[in-house]
Amino acid sequence: MIEKLKEILRHRQLILILVSRELKARYRGTVLGFFWSLFNPLLLMLVYTVVFGFIIGGGRVAGFASTKLYALFLFNGILPWTWFSSSLLESSNVLMVQGALIKKIKFPIEVLPIMVVTTNMVHFLLGLPVLVAFFVIFGKGLTPWVLFLPVSLLAQYIFTMGLCFLISALTVHFRDIKDILANLLTLWFFATPIIYTYQSVPKALQYVLNLNPMTHIVESYHYSFYFGSLPHWKRFSVTILVGLLFFYLGYLLFDKLRDTYVEEV
Amino acid sequence: MEAVEVRDVYKFYKKYADRHKFLTIKSALVNKTLFGELQVSERFEALRGVSFEVKSGQTLGIIGENGSGKSTMLKILAGISKPTAGEVVTRGRISALIELGAGFHPEISGRENIFINGIILGLTRKQIQEKYDEIVRFAELEEFIDNPVKSYSSGMFMRLGFSIAINVNPEILLIDEVLAVGDASFVPKCLDKINEFRRHGKTIIFVSHDLATIERICDDVIWIKKGKIEMRGYPKRVTDAYLEYVGKKDEVKTLAQHGEEEKLSGREKEKRWGSREIEISNVRMFDGNDKEKYIFRADEPLAIQFDVDARAAEDDFVFGIGVYNGDGINCYGSNTLLENYAARRIQGKGRVRLMVPALGLVNGTYFLDVAVHKRDGYPFDYHHFQYTFRVTSSHRDVGIARIPHSWEFSDNIAFSKNENS
Repeated sequence: MIEKLKEILRHRQLILILVSRELKARYRGTVLGFFWSLFNPLLLMLVYTVVFGFIIGGGRVAGFASTKLYALFLFNGILPWTWFSSSLLESSNVLMVQGALIKKIKFPIEVLPIMVVTTNMVHFLLGLPVLVAFFVIFGKGLTPWVLFLPVSLLAQYIFTMGLCFLISALTVHFRDIKDILANLLTLWFFATPIIYTYQSVPKALQYVLNLNPMTHIVESYHYSFYFGSLPHWKRFSVTILVGLLFFYLGYLLFDKLRDTYVEEV
Repeated sequence: MEAVEVRDVYKFYKKYADRHKFLTIKSALVNKTLFGELQVSERFEALRGVSFEVKSGQTLGIIGENGSGKSTMLKILAGISKPTAGEVVTRGRISALIELGAGFHPEISGRENIFINGIILGLTRKQIQEKYDEIVRFAELEEFIDNPVKSYSSGMFMRLGFSIAINVNPEILLIDEVLAVGDASFVPKCLDKINEFRRHGKTIIFVSHDLATIERICDDVIWIKKGKIEMRGYPKRVTDAYLEYVGKKDEVKTLAQHGEEEKLSGREKEKRWGSREIEISNVRMFDGNDKEKYIFRADEPLAIQFDVDARAAEDDFVFGIGVYNGDGINCYGSNTLLENYAARRIQGKGRVRLMVPALGLVNGTYFLDVAVHKRDGYPFDYHHFQYTFRVTSSHRDVGIARIPHSWEFSDNIAFSKNENS
């Protein structure tokens, strides 16, 4: 496994140029290119703020001092979620979309899901200044716990990467995973404390939420920005271990099926 | 030293029995065969025990019919797909020209694509920077290099792809039929570049249907037939054997057609007419060794033969033949009268033979007319467009007839000519 990781690291220049290619291609031709990658999280934030803050809540959301704070909380969670869900969706067809690379060139195929997750991470990173700006504008301010961010980032990267290896490898053989995944992600979104706080959930349901690694990953972002304190380090440590396990298993499967891609995509 | 060694390589592809090429989880769950269906239901044997080696600095050509396994072999050499069994050893950096411009992103400029493609092909950013000007110059894209690749014509696309791949500066170059898509002016340039590679002692493996080019640039040729090496050796020898084989295969078809046409001729009156006082039958063609044949090379001797049957004695008769090409143009026609044979007598069954030392036609399918008539044109038996034969050769000249010729140049004009072409 260490050997394989080194092998992947050797391709870093290729990964970098492919990521920049994806970014350039997406932002090319649209003046608002950067805005478009933020459009979806902003829209989600707006919709949920309006629905829960004004339509249902009538001006305030239970558990939040103001609708402004609720909007901040939402954006805090939606941003990493967008990174996660876009990565999964894109990795479900990346091997097919980039079929020419696989079929016609000797190409390190694992670079493709890595490219997907990394590209979406860059979108996420580009969204962070906007998040910070919201915190400043809404007068919430930030704490030094923001410095915990790289750890959250790493944990999410590893977990997402593992799932993306798994998904990209399996969709080559089962083409309907993409459709199943789209539905599953909607469910998963509501099973993660993004539009509600972890604390507001009844104890019994918290146990269920705990089984979801994304709960703890999104929570860790909440802690470093919104709450401004140390995340629940025990649960978070377990999440990192689970992430590593997923990464290991995902890569293992991806590597095992490697020789089938050329013929199946 | 061997640059490439291939030992007993097999490659099997799965063929799925069901009409859906891809499985879905839904169908897998419904049929309760989640992994069962991943089992091979039928396999296609693309390569069946292929072994060969290529010495460093050699140029090897691979020929064979479509589906014979040539491209599969090349993909295995390139490391794109893995052999089912057997071993492939390659020494040195490989560049495979299997599909030019694979991995180009249409939305971004040619310049950026050069860097991306170069890195995909294994160069470092610095190496690409050094070769950048050469790549653009060779591709003749100086003016367009900052335009997005989607605005390129297919020729420009191919030129850029070729230029990058060739500038990877490989020790082993694999080429798969990519020159077939190039524009006419660019292909000679590519061939020049390939020749330059040969001079620099690089190893080249060249897959193509273009036998003339194969003969010109290869030191050695392998003919792959149904996944096995049928023959290996000196280019001209292998391509001749291959042409002969392809010809024979077509001949079987043509022979079958031949029989069909004989049967049809009774019904298709417009293709055969005449009073039948003298009747022609059993029109056949033979090669120099008196073997029945309907596919000929341009320089090969042949004979046209037919049986005649005159029920009553006749003293006014002319035998003639006509050759038409696929466009219906009369390439040649002659008869005994034109050649001053004065008819004296025919009665009963006989046989006529027309000997041709060399056909002198260009590649193509031809129709044969055979007739017997009176001096004034009154037809006894006229067979029009009833018989076909083909000319195949590695010559690529065009026109109606192959006029015997040779080139001569004054001393200040220099050519290097390969004896094969």
